[in-house]
Amino acid sequence: MNAIQTHALTRRFKEKTAVDALELTVPEGELFALLGVNGAGKTTTIKLLSGLLAPTAGDAEIFGVSIRSQKVKHLLAVSPQETAVAPNLTVRENLELMAGIADASRKEARARAERMLDEAHLREVAEKRAKALSGGWQRRLSIAMALISEPKLLFLDEPTLGLDVLARRELWQEIEALKGRITIVLTTHYMEEAEQLADRVGIMANGKLRVCGTPAELLALSGKTRFEDAFVALAGGAEA
Amino acid sequence: MRRTLCFARRNQKEMLRDPISLFFGILFPIILLFLLTVIDRSLPAEAQMDLFHAEKLAPGIAVFSLSFIALFAAMLIAKDRGSSFLLRLYTSPLTGRDFILGYLLPLLPMALVQMLACFSAAMVLGLHFTFYIFLAIAVCLPIAAVNIAIGMLCGTLLSEKAVGGVCGALLTNLSAWLSGIWFSLDLIGGAFKTVAYLLPFANAVDAARAALAGNYGAIWTNLRVVLLWALVLLLTAIAVFAKKMKLK
Repeated sequence: MNAIQTHALTRRFKEKTAVDALELTVPEGELFALLGVNGAGKTTTIKLLSGLLAPTAGDAEIFGVSIRSQKVKHLLAVSPQETAVAPNLTVRENLELMAGIADASRKEARARAERMLDEAHLREVAEKRAKALSGGWQRRLSIAMALISEPKLLFLDEPTLGLDVLARRELWQEIEALKGRITIVLTTHYMEEAEQLADRVGIMANGKLRVCGTPAELLALSGKTRFEDAFVALAGGAEA
Repeated sequence: MRRTLCFARRNQKEMLRDPISLFFGILFPIILLFLLTVIDRSLPAEAQMDLFHAEKLAPGIAVFSLSFIALFAAMLIAKDRGSSFLLRLYTSPLTGRDFILGYLLPLLPMALVQMLACFSAAMVLGLHFTFYIFLAIAVCLPIAAVNIAIGMLCGTLLSEKAVGGVCGALLTNLSAWLSGIWFSLDLIGGAFKTVAYLLPFANAVDAARAALAGNYGAIWTNLRVVLLWALVLLLTAIAVFAKKMKLK
């Protein structure tokens, strides 16, 4: 089954068409990286697919459910670009909160938080308030908060932005561990991240999906040996 | 309802763990009560000034302390809006009703705690215990609703910085100057008094004073104005919040 299937998905802001009749298919279980230069339409696409924005035209289905339906919110979770945590709550309380919002009973929410503390390696900071955590820990918590609702589809919007190299590598390991368990859509500006983590990569430009394929396929298509060069050639070519 | 309560518990914790909120909401009114009681005791009887007597001062300070509830509500919502936290919640199964009740529910017990703290402190300072204290607390609930609604509106529409100015400075000053707590509105009279009695604050103070005095007949005259404001502002706050969170 397809996790995401768009049908000429379009979003206009006054004169600007941010997403232009987008046709995108992401099969269940895939880690799909969405790349593009600033203003290419990535964030608007994520907002449309996660129900934060209504399409101007077209539609999209998440596991067969239209994004215009409230039901779609039971299927997905988003880890936004900025760290989105409740600052005065502890790590454990943040996890229990998101489990409760996903309709788990208090007992179930506690049990899920316990499991997630281990799975996301957050045990050592469990009783710390979120605002007291470093950027890397906060980002890890932010992703754990998205995962605790047990979504079928997870959007990771620039998950490693602003993190140092070590924290970024640690987070990559966490994301790699999720591969195959749930469908993930990742947006990033780090080419290395997309190349290492993604099963397939889509490059957006001017609101359209210009090319889509495995990292190896995109390298071959561009005739380059480095993925960053391939992106520049393909996105730049698309811009031109 | 489970989701609503879960979100409400989070909001309650965020407020209770903010030391500035607790200081202004509970400690500051008690300090004021103490200082004004000291002033009252040092006034000569010939001054014939009864404004700071416990039975008049306590309801006034209780109403004034509730203006800080608007600040709690507004800061919490504006902070959530300012971070990506609200964005995350908008992609969750929380509905508009869950959001509104989740923000409203923890504020009512907070208001009750503020009033209990205020009247308890007043009793320590000389207010005689009567069951009319509970009536006065009940009569203060509509002005708590007014402040909660103002807080929701400001938190939904303004930035965190602007909220501090509007709810922290402007509203508390309005509530102080136009309530008749610190000076009798009859001393100024005219348009000032007319405007003050068109707004909810002076009406809330008079209703609470009447309740504490057991003067049932006088309560309703003022309370109905406060109730009207509470109804209009709550409906407006709910409508504005719901519109803001709707799909764009």
